[in-house]
Amino acid sequence: MAKATKKTAAKKAPAKRAKTARRKPASRRKASDRRTSAKTAKRPAAKSNRRTKVARRTPAAARRTKADRRTVAKKSTARRSSNKPTFMGWRRKNGRVGIRNHVIILPLDDLSNAACEAVANNIKGTMAIPHPYGRLQFGEDLKLHFRTLIGTGANPNVAAVIVIGIEPQWTGRVVKGIAKTGKPVAGFAIEQNGDHQTIADASRLAKEYVQAASELEREKCTTKDLWVSVKCGESDTTSGLASNPTVGNFIDKMDVWGATTCFGETSEITGAELNCAKRGKTKKIGAKFLKTWQSYNDDVIEQFKTDDLSDSQPTKGNIEGGLSTIEEKAFGNLEKIGKKTSFIDVLGPAEAPRKGPGLYFMDTSSAAAECVTLQAAAGFTVHLFPTGQGNIIGNPIEPVIKLTANPRTVRTMGEHVDVDVSGILRREMTLNKAGDALIDMTIRTCNGRLTAAEALGHREFVLTKLYRSA
Amino acid sequence: MAAPHFLVHERKDSVGVVVVEGAKKGQMLTGWVMQGNKTIKMKCLKAIPIGHKIALGAIGKGDTVIKYGHDIGKCVAAINKGGHVHTHNIKTKRW
Repeated sequence: MAKATKKTAAKKAPAKRAKTARRKPASRRKASDRRTSAKTAKRPAAKSNRRTKVARRTPAAARRTKADRRTVAKKSTARRSSNKPTFMGWRRKNGRVGIRNHVIILPLDDLSNAACEAVANNIKGTMAIPHPYGRLQFGEDLKLHFRTLIGTGANPNVAAVIVIGIEPQWTGRVVKGIAKTGKPVAGFAIEQNGDHQTIADASRLAKEYVQAASELEREKCTTKDLWVSVKCGESDTTSGLASNPTVGNFIDKMDVWGATTCFGETSEITGAELNCAKRGKTKKIGAKFLKTWQSYNDDVIEQFKTDDLSDSQPTKGNIEGGLSTIEEKAFGNLEKIGKKTSFIDVLGPAEAPRKGPGLYFMDTSSAAAECVTLQAAAGFTVHLFPTGQGNIIGNPIEPVIKLTANPRTVRTMGEHVDVDVSGILRREMTLNKAGDALIDMTIRTCNGRLTAAEALGHREFVLTKLYRSA
Repeated sequence: MAAPHFLVHERKDSVGVVVVEGAKKGQMLTGWVMQGNKTIKMKCLKAIPIGHKIALGAIGKGDTVIKYGHDIGKCVAAINKGGHVHTHNIKTKRW
């Protein structure tokens, strides 16, 4: 009975695909090659990290003259611009590169969470991604639901997907969307099978998927293969002074190297929206951004606002950290896109970029997990998250790298911090050096280093909902 | 170079950001104006927590507060030079 509801195409595909995927990379590369490149990619990272620590601890380093520091900074830029970093990633059938190799058990709807979690519990190395929606949505909201789920499964950090839904039709729609990437995917419906039969069938296939995925091999990739999203959270004034500009420095360097990057947070650009519009590559793109920003203001904020958005923007944490107004927060936020880089398009929520490498603005909520979930669904594979007061967010499929410049946050919640750039505030670290440290950490993360959020098990997957369900 | 007590983004800003913990009332603070790389001194009128703003000059009620070289809101209660600048005396011009 259960077998009858499975998508036949999807059911046949995985086994075949898994075999080809297993064979291909192994024949393409020698194991020794891979090992060497992994090492070279890692070494400079470790070094510069050590340097940072030394600079912070020894008074001698703090006493270094300005000229000295400038030389160090220059050297590292020279090294970087002549020697673009590479990393070992999984190249998927559609050409995109993943830095993780997840097999996910994806529910279509709230009702299927339990079965997904049961499969993930049965089959080690798989991950369920429970969420609260998928019933009685319609119009744009339903489209966004499908776009987010399909995008999540299609993300190159995901090797294979099991979709479980209450009924076969919408389940099949998600399966079909993900199947376009060429990766193994199959759907299971619970109606007329029950949880037990569905879990048994899905677990059998999940085991095959995870074993096949475990044999896929990495290959050397360049910054052109890198899709990086950025979003800040629990920001404070140190975000605008140092951690956001560090991300900006990263974006300016990566843009030249052909990476695809993305920022969002529509409401949080309020106050700096005209400055943001000027950063559009053309006037038309700037105008497209302003239109997006304006429509959120008109349709949502104006309709539902209370005084100061009921302390939602800035948040209580922002205010504790010294941010007083949305304008102040917005100018700090915008530091994340650097000084030189222009954005080349404006994306809808979870919409994949279509204009090639470059910086994109995405219309998103400013809430951390909602924003990162949408960016991951658009295909971004590694996330940079500057924080002031210490937002601890992670994402199930897109590793989230945390950086902070707030020394109190480093001291009180250091386990959440991947890159400490508080040295900028003490004038021990230049912005250029901080940007390089972030590049190093990103490459190490791409090569497999677990981020603080990954190690701590943060997997906040939060769907954006546009309005009430029917 | 000693670590500064507060940082200022741009020359024309009317506020700086305290970046150390424990800035006390009456303490003489050293500030770094990042644009132009200048060092300034300012007496702190009351204890200011890390991340919070200090007024670089007197700010009158109704004045625009400048940070990042831009308008970040309006002053709703007069602030003295060296005073603590936050939600009790400045407000957004938007929502």
